[in-house]
Parts: sequence; C-alpha cells; structure tokens
Amino acid sequence: MSSSIPVRRFDTLVIGAGGGGLRAALQLAQAESHVAVVSKVFPTRSHTVAAQGGMNAALANVLPDNWHWHMFDTIKGSDYLADQDAVEYMCRAAPRLVVELEHAGVPFSRLDNGKIYQRPFGGQSQNFGGDQAARTCAAADRTGHAILHSLYQQNIHAKTHFFDEYLALDLIRDESGYILGAVVIEIETGEPLIIEAKATLLATGGAGQIFRTNTNAHINTGDGLGMALRAGIPLQDMEFFQFHPTGIAGKGMLITEGARGEGGYLLNKDGERFMERYAPNAKDLASRDVVSRAIYTEVKEGRGCGPNADHVMLKLEHLGPEVIQKRLPGIRATIQTFLHIDPINEPIPIYPTAHYTMGGIPTNRYGQVVAPLGNTAEETVPGLYAAGECACVSVHGANRLGGNSLLDIVVFGRAAGNHIIEFLEENRYHRPLTGDSVDKAMARLARWDQKGEGESVKQVRDDLKKTMEDYCGVFRTDEVLAEGVDKVIELEQRLENARLRDHSKVFNTARVEALELENLMDVAIATVCSAHARKESRGAHSRIDFPDRDDERWLKHTLFFKEERRLDYKPVRMKPLSVDSFPPKARVY
Amino acid sequence: MGANPETSERDKARLQWRCRRGMLELDLLLEPFVENVYDKLSEEEKQQFHALLDFQDQELLECLMLQKKPEDGRLNGIISKVRSTV
Ligand SMILES: Cc1cc2nc3c(=O)[nH]c(=O)nc-3n(C[C@H](O)[C@H](O)[C@H](O)COP(=O)(O)OP(=O)(O)OC[C@H]3O[C@@H](n4cnc5c(N)ncnc54)[C@H](O)[C@@H]3O)c2cc1C
Repeated sequence: MSSSIPVRRFDTLVIGAGGGGLRAALQLAQAESHVAVVSKVFPTRSHTVAAQGGMNAALANVLPDNWHWHMFDTIKGSDYLADQDAVEYMCRAAPRLVVELEHAGVPFSRLDNGKIYQRPFGGQSQNFGGDQAARTCAAADRTGHAILHSLYQQNIHAKTHFFDEYLALDLIRDESGYILGAVVIEIETGEPLIIEAKATLLATGGAGQIFRTNTNAHINTGDGLGMALRAGIPLQDMEFFQFHPTGIAGKGMLITEGARGEGGYLLNKDGERFMERYAPNAKDLASRDVVSRAIYTEVKEGRGCGPNADHVMLKLEHLGPEVIQKRLPGIRATIQTFLHIDPINEPIPIYPTAHYTMGGIPTNRYGQVVAPLGNTAEETVPGLYAAGECACVSVHGANRLGGNSLLDIVVFGRAAGNHIIEFLEENRYHRPLTGDSVDKAMARLARWDQKGEGESVKQVRDDLKKTMEDYCGVFRTDEVLAEGVDKVIELEQRLENARLRDHSKVFNTARVEALELENLMDVAIATVCSAHARKESRGAHSRIDFPDRDDERWLKHTLFFKEERRLDYKPVRMKPLSVDSFPPKARVY
Repeated sequence: MGANPETSERDKARLQWRCRRGMLELDLLLEPFVENVYDKLSEEEKQQFHALLDFQDQELLECLMLQKKPEDGRLNGIISKVRSTV
C-alpha cells in the first residue's frame, strides 16, 4: 500500500455536491455525523443549477391531484421498467419534501391565494390517465439554482466539510468487499489524498458527455459510474438514455417543449410539417421519443435542411413578436446569443440532443448499492450508497418524466442519508485499509505521466462522442449497434496509447480531462453493449428491428459488468409498498 | 498575470477550470473565450472577466444573455466581448 499518501478520516464521504449529494450530506451533518463532501467544481456550480423547469409533487394546488396518480404516471412514463416500491416511496414523499424546501428558503412561485403555483408538464394526468394534471412546482425559471443554493447554505451551517475542486479517482475496497472511502486528487496541486470513511455515497450526476450533441454541462462525464464499474459493481439499464427532440443543431442546448406548447412546429427541407405524418393527433407535441425518431428519420431519408442536410427547422415566426417576446424570452435570448438570428424572423435549426441518464448504479430505495455479487440478485455492497442521476433506484425505468429528477435527487439523497445514519450505528469503527485499490488508483494516475508520442485525449474523446451519436443514438438496429460495439472497443484500445504533453502537477486540467475520458469510455461501453443486447423497444430505447415492447422476454433490468463486458439481468420490482401493482399496459398518450 | 511562462500557463489552466460551470450554455460561452481571446485583453478587461467569473451561474447566464444588466455597469463591455466570440 502506498504509505506516503496523506489520509483524512470521516464517518461519511459524499462524492458530488449537486442536489443529491448535498441533500444526503445535510441529513448526516444534522445528525452530528462527521461528513466530507468532495466536488470537482465549486458546489454551487454543479449541474443541478441547470434545472429550470421544476419539481413534481402532488400538492393539488391548481388542479385535483394525489400521489397515487403521480405514481401511475411515473410508472407508465417509465414504460413499466421502474421499480414500483421505489416509485411509491418517492411520490408519497414528494409533497413533504417540497414543503421542507420551502421552509428552508426555496422561493417557489405562488398563486394569488398564497399557495405554491404548479405548472402542467408532459406525461402528467389526473385519475390514472385522464385529464392533464398540474404537478410541477417551480421557483420561477431558477428552481435548480434555488434548491442547490439553499442546500449548500444549510450544509455550511451544519458544518459539513467541503473539499472543493477535488477530483475523486476511485473507490477503495477491501478483500471482503467493504467500501472504505476513495482516492481523490486536489486539482490545484495535483496531489493525491486518501479519504477514509465508514460509508461512501456516490452522487456524481449524469453522463451526457458520452454523446456529441447533448444538453449537459461539460462536467457531466459519468465519473461515479466509471468508479463503480472499476470497483466490480455493475451498471443498470444503461441502454436507456433520454434524448430531447429539440436541441439546437450542432450545439445541443435545450429548446424547451414550451416552444412547441405555444404553437411552434417542425419543418423539413421541403417546408413540410412532417410530424403530421408520424403523429396525426398529437403532431409536434407527441412524446419526446416519438418526435426524436421522426426528426432522425427525416434527416436520414434526405429531407434534412442546411448545406449538409443534417437538421430540421423549428418555426416560431407565425406566433408573432409579442407571443415570442412575452412567453419565450429565454429561448429567444439563447437563439440570439448562440446563432445570431432572431426566432421572430427565422426558424431555428434543430436536432435531437442527449439529455438524461436513466441508467446508473443499482440501488434499493434506501440508496444502498445492490448487485448480484453473492447469492441473490440484490446483495448490498457494504459501505456504499448512491443517489441522484448517477443512481438507478429505479424510478425512471426506460423513460424519465420532466420534473421527476429534481424530486428523485432530494427524496433519495435524504433516504440515503437516513440509512447511512443507521449503518454508522452498527459500524462504529473504520475498517483497516487493506486491498490493492489504492495502488490501482495510483497506477491509473501514473499512467498519464508516460511520455512520448501518442494520440491526444481530445481526438479520442471527439471520436468516442461522434461514434456514440452515430451508432447508439435515437435509432438503433442490430447491425448499427454491433458496429458501434466494435468501434467503441477499438477506441478503448486507442485510449491506451493516448499521451499527455503536459506532465506538470499543478492545475493540470489536461490530466483531469484524461481521467474523465476514462470514465466516459467505461460508460460508453456499458451503454452500447446493453443497447445491443436488448432486443425490444421500450421507452427511450427504440430498435427498428424490434419495434415493440416485449414484456414476456424483456420486462427486466439489465446489469453490465466491466469484467469481460458481461451482462446479467434481474427482475423489475412490480410490487409497490402499500397499493396494488400497476401491470404493464400499452403506453398511448 | 506572471511574466514567467510556466506561471502564466498555470494561471490559464486555473482560469479554464473556473470556466467549467453547471450549464452547457456557460461552458460554450466561456471556454472558447479563454482559449482564443483572453490573452489579447487589456489588464483592465482581464480583471473584469475575473469579476464576471465570480458571479453565480444563474446570474452569469442572465447577464451574458442580456436578460439582466450587471449591477456594475463597467462589466457591460466585457459581456459584449464574450458574446461576440460565440
Ligand atoms: C438543461 C437541463 C435541464 C433540466 N431541467 C430539469 C427540470 O426542470 N426538472 C428536473 O426534475 N430535472 C431537470 N434536469 C435534470 C436534473 O437537473 C439532473 O438530473 C439533476 O440535477 C442531477 O443532480 P445530481 O445531484 O444527481 O448531480 P449533479 O447536480 O450533476 O452534481 C454532480 C456533482 O458531482 C460532482 N462530481 C462529479 N464527478 C466527480 C468526481 N470525479 N470527483 C468529485 N466530484 C465529482 C460534481 O462536481 C457535482 O458536484 C435537467 C437537466 C438538464 C441537462
């Protein structure tokens, strides 16, 4: 064991300072646990700030509602792949947690009667599939920002210890499988540090950066997912990646559904309103996966716009300047800033963009990481927890509903915090640091000190992202995915020969990016292999060669292991906590 | 910024890391600016850029997208410069 590396000891180590990590840390710090939070960027710059739409809870402030309807919508939206016990737990907890956030200072927008305002979002219904519901609570268009800041301030107050701008490299695991903390590096100095903990929580967020066109901040490189894989833990349901139909072509930024909600529509190069062909009723407001596939098909069949015929157009001009200025000011500002055109006069070039990682580290509803490592499919990994977008509880199944992710991170961040408190009562002492994980992590770091000729990290990363977009995007077939698997494995070999030119330690961001690329690579392989194996279409995973959902063979969760790229499966938890199960039905809107 | 090329390279790296934010829009506005334009700024403009980076993400986004004016009016110039490089 590398004895020269300094060690810090805490009861709990939380890796990630987004909404999920901070909600868990708060629970722990308030219970007087000695908790450290590690974040590669300053905590309030975590990706949770980007969530502008809002958070779902059945408060029934605007229209009738209850948690049972919310539960139904979430399960139906998931295309029946969500675990129903976890969904019930989340939907029941939602109203309480919104009120709690409000008391902690999150300025939710209000109705005239003083109650929290709620907006309608896609996929929300009253009475199990009836009329539209209004379930999304928002703090104007800065909900994520408000939640993150409130949680950060509360953590400072509760004396959580922050390691800002520290990059977690790998988990430390002993021979009996206990997780004992992590090896991290301080980005400023490049020096490694061992953080020992009785319990470790991964809350590192999503991995949108595996695709070239995506809506995620550049920090979303799936680091926690890579760390789990390298510690021998499988990833669950990675084939399910949500694509948002209306990203700005070539850039990825999100143009919200609001634009189509206000009456905007999509056109191909012939000026045809093509959604009428794909979804005669809902047209441009059909569900995300349907619209994404339609855009892809138009482009693929040669009806794309622009010199490279590689996108379609979103037309807003007919709404008139007033509507655009009043109802869609944010979208207009984005278009003006990045495309230097005004949507009042010109249509917007659009292409589907990767948005949300439904899969992740398998956990139960207490946030404990579970895997088929022993005799059962859901053996807990002692000392390891996961919450937020990096975890797969699974409440989103094959497709996440808008507004359910901010809910997921606070509900399961809190639940994990509570369970860790119990775990700490039974595990009072740090276990001895044994095993070779520290050496392995240090070897991973040292590998980037190799000098000499080699490809650049940027080149491999760009090729990986393009390959994932072309071979594992919205439209999948056996042939395309098989080629994708080969190509990504080839890229993994190329990565071994990549070299850095800068070998200094201090603020070596090139080295950080190389370490991130290793995570992207592991996550990409898990994604394309899982997608190739699943021979059905369900939620976000759509196969032209298997266009239907196949509950008989595929109503099960995928588990991908890094070792030998092995796949395994486990049943979906169809039994809720207290109500009747929702059996799979056709998903029509 | 230091005259020593080693130091200024580190300062640049530090600056690049500070431009890694929680929103793609900000990454796309700030990263190319540091890469291609920052070195050509006057000392005063560099200071102003650093002042912008101290903003919280949400506020920075609103200012850079001209949906809000910064409290310190002197920052308007650097905001236009950042916008003009996208
Ligand atoms: C544009 C956009 C809009 C969205 N809008 C909504 C919405 O309206 N409603 C909704 O419910 N959801 C929305 N989502 C989804 C939602 O924002 C995210 O799923 C959620 O915020 C994830 O939170 P998290 O706590 O899991 O992770 P994050 O907030 O992503 O935080 C991850 C943390 O992990 C840290 N980290 C990562 N890797 C390392 C490492 N190696 N070492 C140290 N630290 C590390 C980071 O520094 C960060 O602190 C949106 C997503 C996007 C992209």
